[in-house]
Amino acid sequence: MAQKTYAGVTVEVTDDGYMIDSSKWNEEIAKEIAKEENIELTDKHFAVIKFIRQNESGLTIRKVGNSGIVDIKGFYALFPGGPLKMSSKIAGIKKPTSCV
Amino acid sequence: MTEKKDTKVKKVAIICAKASIEDVYATLVMANGAVMEGMEAKVFFTFFGLDAITKKYMMKLHTATVGNPGMRMPGGLPFPTLLGLIPGVEAGVSAMMRSQMNQLDIPPVDEFLDMITAGGGEIYACKLAMDMFKLEKKDLSDHVIDVLTIGEFYNMAGGEGSQIIFT
Repeated sequence: MAQKTYAGVTVEVTDDGYMIDSSKWNEEIAKEIAKEENIELTDKHFAVIKFIRQNESGLTIRKVGNSGIVDIKGFYALFPGGPLKMSSKIAGIKKPTSCV
Repeated sequence: MTEKKDTKVKKVAIICAKASIEDVYATLVMANGAVMEGMEAKVFFTFFGLDAITKKYMMKLHTATVGNPGMRMPGGLPFPTLLGLIPGVEAGVSAMMRSQMNQLDIPPVDEFLDMITAGGGEIYACKLAMDMFKLEKKDLSDHVIDVLTIGEFYNMAGGEGSQIIFT
């Protein structure tokens, strides 16, 4: 476990950078985590992040693809190099455990 | 003591030669899992594995009810091989497998191929097996990029952190 300071807030994160207490999350924190992953967040990103936070349990790429917000190809384009993991990290939720 | 140095897997080349639900899904889950992790994935379907990308058969894959020692009845009792011979049993068991997978959000084959290719994964068919089964490119799903020889596929499978997997 480690501590990180995002947008002036110190939060506890796991060794691979996922926030432990998702209730401490806010949009400013999201922007700073995203910056570490070289992603500039747009409204589209935030729409996906909102969906992810609301559907944390049993989250899969397929569910995001069926959300009506973004299709799977678009999801990969928004969060290159591991969309489910990266979007979960930015959304301040646990590391996803899904294989699909 | 020698220093241990891990090289991350960056690319997987997966070869699928069988048509049963479990063999095809092992391939699809591994390919999709790779693109989800940001790795490159290339899949080569050959021999009976071609069923998984043949329009006519891809949505009708079966699991073997005869000669499958892992097969059990609901509840865990062994599944008698002779029962597997009865017409309709294999279809019923296969339908049950598919519905169980759907509940876990594991998609049907065509949608799974959509997911893999949306993530940048590439699907190929084996030329030799296509000739053997008298198949043409138009018989295959639109996900298939090209029909290749195994040599051509190997030539795509190189590079540091690359792995070839046979299912």
